[in-house]
Amino acid sequence: MQSFLENHPRLRHSLGRALWYLLTFVVAVAVNFFLPRLGDHSPVDTLIARAGESLDTRTAREQEEAYLKEFGLVEVDRAGKLVRAADGKPVETSLASQFARYLSLSLRGDLGTSILQYPKSVNEIIRAALPWTIALQLPAIVLGWLCGNLLGALAAYRRGFFDKGLYPLALLLSAIPAFCVGILLVFVFSIELEWFPAVGGYDDSRIVEFSWDFVSSAAHYYVLPFLSIFGITLGHQAIGMRSMCIYELGTDYIKYSKLLGIQESKILLYMFRNAMLPQLTGLALALGAMVGGALITEMIFSYPGLGMTILTAIQGNDYPLITGATLLITVTVLFANFTVDLLIGFLDPRVAHAERTKR
Amino acid sequence: MFASLFKSASFVTGLVLFGLTVLTAVVAPWVLHVDVGQRVGLAYMPPSAEHWLGTDHLGLDLVSLHIVGLRASLYVGLVSGVVATLVGTLIGVYSGYKGGFIDDLLNSLTNLFLVIPSLVVLILLSSSFEQGRSLTLIALIIGGTTWTWTARAVRAQASSLRGRDHVALARINGYGTFGILALHILPYLLSYLFMVFVLQTATGILTEASLSMLGLGPHDSVSLGRILDEAVKNEALVDGAWWAFLPATVLITVIAFSLYVINTAMEGVFNPRLRR
Repeated sequence: MQSFLENHPRLRHSLGRALWYLLTFVVAVAVNFFLPRLGDHSPVDTLIARAGESLDTRTAREQEEAYLKEFGLVEVDRAGKLVRAADGKPVETSLASQFARYLSLSLRGDLGTSILQYPKSVNEIIRAALPWTIALQLPAIVLGWLCGNLLGALAAYRRGFFDKGLYPLALLLSAIPAFCVGILLVFVFSIELEWFPAVGGYDDSRIVEFSWDFVSSAAHYYVLPFLSIFGITLGHQAIGMRSMCIYELGTDYIKYSKLLGIQESKILLYMFRNAMLPQLTGLALALGAMVGGALITEMIFSYPGLGMTILTAIQGNDYPLITGATLLITVTVLFANFTVDLLIGFLDPRVAHAERTKR
Repeated sequence: MFASLFKSASFVTGLVLFGLTVLTAVVAPWVLHVDVGQRVGLAYMPPSAEHWLGTDHLGLDLVSLHIVGLRASLYVGLVSGVVATLVGTLIGVYSGYKGGFIDDLLNSLTNLFLVIPSLVVLILLSSSFEQGRSLTLIALIIGGTTWTWTARAVRAQASSLRGRDHVALARINGYGTFGILALHILPYLLSYLFMVFVLQTATGILTEASLSMLGLGPHDSVSLGRILDEAVKNEALVDGAWWAFLPATVLITVIAFSLYVINTAMEGVFNPRLRR
């Protein structure tokens, strides 16, 4: 086994990364569980405050106990009945066993019950929001990343117009915070020019279905949030790629290729390939920040995705929903990072080399 | 070295822009009548001679709100910038210099928090401190979660300095770890640390605004982010009340842009590879 791994440096790299991401995942889940419990909120108090007004004391107490059971805050015996102390009050579960329950439930994909939209489950709410977020963010971030890298490489290589005109623009684009881009776009294109609607994901009067009518309405609402996420990603990536390419242009192999008289387009390709690898790592690392910025963009446009879900959850102190949504985001970002990490292990010969010489 | 900075046009531009916002924040309360508790008119009154930026959804004077908000945002940026730079530098410089097991340990810790989206940690942390979410606490939380980039960058720099002759000489002469770090490594990183601080301050200001947009802003103060949050929440966008959100947007952008320009210009001066 030992020698097998030594002969397959790429496999060793992948296994090592997998182990590391597993550890990160456990820490992320723990952070997700313990941070919200630093404060002294109880979901049951919120529910009782809402339901309790119309109930008499006894029914209210029964209701409270039912909620306590549902959120796993009290001990339950095998028959599913509450364990009671000598004075008849239910016994509270320890934080450790609550964590164990949370862990086993989340691993099975059950994120709990929402407080604000009780008795809807968190899974249900997220399932409704997720397609909107994916449809908006995935194309915007990927396209922005690709175009940004191309523009950055051109700016570094051609200098002149690309560098003088586009670079300051990219700098400005990346300096404007995500939400400000959103607000400015809304101001210019939907209030002043009235070209696009300001808020929402589709026209409210239409039914959500797969018809030409609905899709064209959704596309109309799609333009502004897409542009805002696309623009920001493009700006950030162009700046990073420009300095990477300037670095590569100063290296010996480029100078040598130029002296040899190799075609310009070929040199450009060499440079692009070498400058791209760090940008790929950069994509992985920036993904968390990008998703965060994109979520805020969703909130500004009241886009019916995950960002809006988190916003309403925060406003209503809906803890299961907040942690459910943040857990999903964390896992997605971790998974994307892991994929890029593996990809780099295969694309970059230096990684395999480092693994081979490591002893 | 610092003298050559002032020859760079973009550095001076950034510095002047940022200096203007700081000057406004410091001087304005002395010159103008600032009152954020008094209703001066109806909701969303357009700008007039009396109230230059009109009123917000409660009928409060927006000039006053912006001045108080600007001060708060700069304060958060400064505090979180100091905290993040300090934490990141300490962790980075120590692990970069020490190497070995401690380096591995601190490096994994940094990478861990680099991968977990900091916005998630911020959301979870700030929503659990609901009652006592003061401006300072928010600044500390932001500083405590955004230091990871600094730690990584400083670590790389410190570990490259580790093998230099003057560090080896100091070690032979019997300096302890902290003596070497303070006298023989940190001084070499000074210009770099200043760049990091500028960037961390910008990050702090932008992060506070993002948090406020989520409704997780400070409870004890107005900030630029909270002005935007209130404007978006109270339909200023739909009503076309541009004076309620445009000035704050422009202010945040100008601050962030000027700090980024300062940072890029410093990089151009300090990094000989980028010089033309």
